[in-house]
Amino acid sequence: MDIFHYSFMVRALAAGLAIGVVAPMIGTFLVAKRYSLIADSLAHVSLAGVAMGLLLGINPLLGALGVVAGAAFLIEKLRASRRLTAEVALAMFLSSGLAVAVVLVGLARQVNVDLLSYLFGSITTVGVSDLWIIGTLSVLILITVGLGYRQLAYTSFDEEQARVSGLRTSLLNQTLMLLAAVMVVLALRVVGGLLIGALTVMPVAAAAQVARSLRQTMWIAVGIGCVAVLTGLVVSFYANLAAGGTIVLVALACFLGMLGLGRVLRSNAG
Amino acid sequence: MHPIIQFHHASFSYGNQPALEDISLSITPGDYVGVIGPNGGGKTTFIKLMLGLLRPTRGEVDLWGEPIRQFREWHRIGYVPQRVGNNDFRLPITVQEVVGFGRAGNKPNGGATNNKAAVAAALQQIGIAPLARKRLGELSGGQQQKVFIAKALAAQPEVLVLDEPTVGVDVRAQDEFYQLVAELNKKQGLTIIMVSHDIDVVVNEVSKLACINKALVYHGHPKEFMQEEYLTKLYGKTRKFILHGH
Repeated sequence: MDIFHYSFMVRALAAGLAIGVVAPMIGTFLVAKRYSLIADSLAHVSLAGVAMGLLLGINPLLGALGVVAGAAFLIEKLRASRRLTAEVALAMFLSSGLAVAVVLVGLARQVNVDLLSYLFGSITTVGVSDLWIIGTLSVLILITVGLGYRQLAYTSFDEEQARVSGLRTSLLNQTLMLLAAVMVVLALRVVGGLLIGALTVMPVAAAAQVARSLRQTMWIAVGIGCVAVLTGLVVSFYANLAAGGTIVLVALACFLGMLGLGRVLRSNAG
Repeated sequence: MHPIIQFHHASFSYGNQPALEDISLSITPGDYVGVIGPNGGGKTTFIKLMLGLLRPTRGEVDLWGEPIRQFREWHRIGYVPQRVGNNDFRLPITVQEVVGFGRAGNKPNGGATNNKAAVAAALQQIGIAPLARKRLGELSGGQQQKVFIAKALAAQPEVLVLDEPTVGVDVRAQDEFYQLVAELNKKQGLTIIMVSHDIDVVVNEVSKLACINKALVYHGHPKEFMQEEYLTKLYGKTRKFILHGH
């Protein structure tokens, strides 16, 4: 296939696959905790970090990482203190993050390509050093989830019971939020801030239609994430479409397909 | 016998609202304790203090002789929370996975090699091994209750704390449940602490009664409790009780 002749597309596919794996993996825990909007909220906050980076002349992704990690920590603190419900905390950070980004970018007089590429992704501009960063951080996320799967799953299932059994649930919650923050920043280049929420949640929602267990949900979601990224990138390359949007539309198609398949499986079983 | 759980003049307030005042009691190994009292009387607060979910605002709670804030051996206490209606977990999850969570907390023997065996044993003990691969959402209230008991038992605890275990469970399943708990207490020597609204059942099942209405109104043998004075202290003068055989 022509697509593999282009090194930028091979890098795009590698970066996309990394996100296609980690986003649904973390998304499984987020959906279980009813934090489905958290990726969107963190992504909007990350745009404020990107704008800050552009304004100050530092690497926008570093700016994003610092701001998102801080926001993730604050959101979890607010939720745990019960002063705000999770939905209100997320909604506030979502809108405030974007507002800060817009104001900062106006100050920098760069309302343009730079911020847009982080809003919608620019996967075809992923360089070799970007790939190393994305790869390393993705492997760290995989190792953390691999080692802490049962504890993260239990805390997501029922935090109070997990706490009673001796698990350090506030540390686990903060870890999950940090993983989500890192995942969002990695995804800025791949699908962009406006679409990462979809890639985190849609594969999980799709998998839940047919999976028989939590572990199966995660594996199927990861599979769907990879299919969405690979198919979306290939289609966008040949049809000259926006890569990020195409990936998410493929994920949506997978969800609709799983919805139908789930109905068929249930009516056959019933 | 050394007490496992001790409350020393423990009190708790939510802000300025006192919920529990000056509770002192001991629970010894092998006890089957029923905790009863009116709604809003502090039963749930009492359980949460015992489980370390809340810290007393005054007084002390000790577990196995250790102050609760220093206690780390949480695998020794199994907890079955109150289930209100069907479980509404958003994602598919099997009985085996839920019971497996019982092995996620800290355990005495490192546990990874023991995990599968302990989960299988817990499923067998409660009689739900055939349901292992079923999704939690597909089960009845009574079956779900058994799953959460199995989860608590998977950590091989010495104490089992149950909060309103028969809510949302049909009458036949309730009978099975009380038989199961009695077996766990008598044959396996598990110490049981059960919060319940079913006074007439509890009074006939348990070896000790703790009656809580902000204070500890009564703590002792259930037979002595069933006198006018204690019932009135617990529930107020206007209540009449009709006790039927179970």
